[in-house]
Amino acid sequence: MANKDNNRATIVLFSGDFDKVFAAFTIAIGTAAAGMDTTMFVTFWGLKAIQKGNLTGKGIMGRMIGLMNRGGLDVIGPSKFNFGGIGRWMFKKMMVDKKIVMLPEMRDTLIDLGVHFLACKTSMDVMEIRREDLIDEVEDIVGAATMVESAANSSLQYFI
Amino acid sequence: MEIKVDVVQDSLGQMCPMPIAYLAKNMRTMEAGQVLEIQSDDDGAHADIPAWCKQTNNEFLGEEKSGDFYKYYIKKSS
Repeated sequence: MANKDNNRATIVLFSGDFDKVFAAFTIAIGTAAAGMDTTMFVTFWGLKAIQKGNLTGKGIMGRMIGLMNRGGLDVIGPSKFNFGGIGRWMFKKMMVDKKIVMLPEMRDTLIDLGVHFLACKTSMDVMEIRREDLIDEVEDIVGAATMVESAANSSLQYFI
Repeated sequence: MEIKVDVVQDSLGQMCPMPIAYLAKNMRTMEAGQVLEIQSDDDGAHADIPAWCKQTNNEFLGEEKSGDFYKYYIKKSS
């Protein structure tokens, strides 16, 4: 039985790979469905999972990152066997054939279940990603202290 | 098994974690004492649905084979 005073879960999503985002979303659906107040703190490569998918960046290097490391759930590839996009296509096909839900539908479910998406300010600054590049459902732009408060008051903490 | 069902959830073809996501969403709309029937052909549901009930303090009434899928019965506690 869950401790009602401590019925929270905090997930730090650092990775932007298709497979790792899939794992993080699955865990978050599990915790949120179990009635836990779930927070997903999204940082660095993980930001790709909450980007709208438009090109980002202001300076030359920022725009280069935006182009080579484009965000959005439809374009991210797996951490292994991507082979310049062939792996992504193959994984997606295998998942569709097995009727496994896709990342955009999982994210909609998370939003529906009330999961809090928080984005890391410093990562956004480094990568030159603006608030308007992120999906509207992101609740706030925060820093490490907010993540610590959330994690310290959670009975489950994950770093993915 | 003679159980009076209030809400039926069709999760046929769905795989983890979606049956649990819809289970949580359906339970939100139900009142205490009402029973939810989940139809699932996902093998993981055998363990997952009772585990969800244990974690959320809802009553797992049992499961029943129905052709090539299973029916799971859950009573909302509060």
